[in-house]
Amino acid sequence: MVKSKKVLFWLVAMLGMFFLGVVSQSSGLIDDFFYYWEDIVYLSVQHMQLSAISGSAAIVLAVPLGIWLSRPACKRFAEPMMQVLNIGTTVPTLAILALSMSFLGIGATPAVFALCIATLLPIVRNTYVGLLAVPDHLKEAANGMGMTPGQILLRVEIPNALYVIFAGIRTALTINVGTVPLAFLIGGGGLGELIFTGIDLDEMPMLLAGAIPTSLLAVLVDISVGILAFFIVPKGVNPLRMNT
Amino acid sequence: MIQLENLTKIFETPDGVVTAADNINMTVPQGEICVLLGPSGCGKTTTLKMLNRIIPPTSGRVMINGEDTSTLDTISLRRNIGYVIQQIGLFPNMTIAENISIVPRLLGWDKKRYLARAEELLAMVALEPKTFMQRYPRELSGGQQQRVGVIRALAADPPVMLMDEPFGAIDPINREVIQDEFLKMQEELQKTILFVSHDIDEAVKMADKVAIFNAGKLIQFDSPDALLAHPCNKFVEDFVGTDRTLKRLRLAKVADVMTPAPTPVKPDDDLQTALQIMQNNDYVAVTMVDTLGRPIGSITRDLATAKRGRCGDHFYGLRAIARVDDDLRSVASAMFSKDTTWMPCVDDEGIFRGEISQRGVTHYLGATYRSREAQQTGVQHGEV
Ligand SMILES: Nc1ncnc2c1ncn2[C@@H]1O[C@H](COP(=O)(O)OP(=O)(O)OP(=O)(O)O)[C@@H](O)[C@H]1O
Ligand SMILES: [Mg+2]
Repeated sequence: MVKSKKVLFWLVAMLGMFFLGVVSQSSGLIDDFFYYWEDIVYLSVQHMQLSAISGSAAIVLAVPLGIWLSRPACKRFAEPMMQVLNIGTTVPTLAILALSMSFLGIGATPAVFALCIATLLPIVRNTYVGLLAVPDHLKEAANGMGMTPGQILLRVEIPNALYVIFAGIRTALTINVGTVPLAFLIGGGGLGELIFTGIDLDEMPMLLAGAIPTSLLAVLVDISVGILAFFIVPKGVNPLRMNT
Repeated sequence: MIQLENLTKIFETPDGVVTAADNINMTVPQGEICVLLGPSGCGKTTTLKMLNRIIPPTSGRVMINGEDTSTLDTISLRRNIGYVIQQIGLFPNMTIAENISIVPRLLGWDKKRYLARAEELLAMVALEPKTFMQRYPRELSGGQQQRVGVIRALAADPPVMLMDEPFGAIDPINREVIQDEFLKMQEELQKTILFVSHDIDEAVKMADKVAIFNAGKLIQFDSPDALLAHPCNKFVEDFVGTDRTLKRLRLAKVADVMTPAPTPVKPDDDLQTALQIMQNNDYVAVTMVDTLGRPIGSITRDLATAKRGRCGDHFYGLRAIARVDDDLRSVASAMFSKDTTWMPCVDDEGIFRGEISQRGVTHYLGATYRSREAQQTGVQHGEV
């Protein structure tokens, strides 16, 4: 039953693709698209660099921040701090970019900075929530067996929270890749150049030459973080591997 | 040896102070199991956790083998005390082998040694190492998890074990099995164990000493039999139950109560000989054994008086036989179900060792009450 549904889905999807291909070929869209091939390659690389730098900076900052907030010593101000960060997300990325530009000028640096800030929150939140969700009795058992606080964090708390942390990273990076086009607006480069110029010139193929690779990159990042989580999160607490 | 001296814990809560442990004094000798027993919220867990300093005492001391634990390094103290928490607490991110190896690894054992140890322990609790080493906790049943919880605490062979309702999550049948397994293990290992329970039957079965708590206070500290025979106040009496004398049946072995080595008869003996034996020793019946010394029948006084001839031609069959290491509960049960008041007792080889009668059992149980009454009346007379 489920299997036949799946087959049907793929059949429809492939037929759809085929017709899309036929239509775009006949309208000359594909040729136009490939006209931008060199730009696509060049800008994609730039796009990925922006994502990679801002994304990894976000991870490097957010995970320790989340861990620190989850420590008992920070109990009193951890919640207020999370609230502040929550409000932070409601500020549109565009506004963050604008602010960042007013401090750091134009170019890649303010773009990376703004993207990093915009990506931070889901990772901090998931790290914090994931660590707090580790049952107290596990920490007590670890404590009672004579593990040091550092050992408890590394061997018990983080492994048990890892799936949730990865979910945060996955969301954050996917949003990041999809947000990078805005960097173009403050001179940061990336596939936004094709998209926004395409809009300005009312040039559909150019817009698509920016939009399609951006979407593909986002999907690719989503899938690869998913695969990473599949292998890195310990099997005993990995919902993706529960029935293997 | 574990000594608690004036151990007190006071929690400050928003609704006022809670005295969870109030001036507890007790001593648990090396190699004994002490069961902390009492109703929910009476301070058992709190007292237990003060031993490995998960909860720091408000005042008082804990001495382990003469050393004040507050002067020891907390981390190494804990690595030398096996700890089984109320919620089992296996780490779901680790395999069973990894779970069991935690403390040995913290202590720096090499890999070969701690893996061999994990296998040995799994085999000890009847979990096939090949199957279970690489499994994750969620792939085990509740009872299997509890066994792993217990052997995890045993892994580094700590001299002291703290166990907080370690068999709480298991159904009654499997609980009996695990308790038996554990007692067998303890016979060999001779750990000093503090064991929390709120089940009087479990306490009676497992304990060398029982400590009964109520509202943070240690009410009575005694052997299970003394506790059942002489509860020190109304609370303990209610807690151990109205059937406390029946519970004591479990604590005595047939060997303690039987008439040892009465003279048996052989099938070739004359009934007159049997009668003579009964008259000389004031027996109501005599056991007939075969050439190997195994009981095969009984001769009563009436029978021996009424009939003439050899014992082998006139005897009653045996309704039930007790074994010397059975407890009195199973004997009482057999007596009721077989409608008999008298049973011969045999050892592991089936050789006749003694006889047990209903009167013997009731006499044994009553003896401790009578001696206490005698003492009390004696005191009263003295006062008069
Ligand atoms: N951290 C704490 N803060 C405040 N009060 C506490 C704390 N821990 C325990 N208590 C209180 O101390 C008392 C004893 O608790 P404890 O956990 O020792 O009970 P227990 O005998 O183990 O009960 P149970 O059989 O239900 O496990 C209870 O009244 C409980 O509410
Ligand atoms: Mg408790």
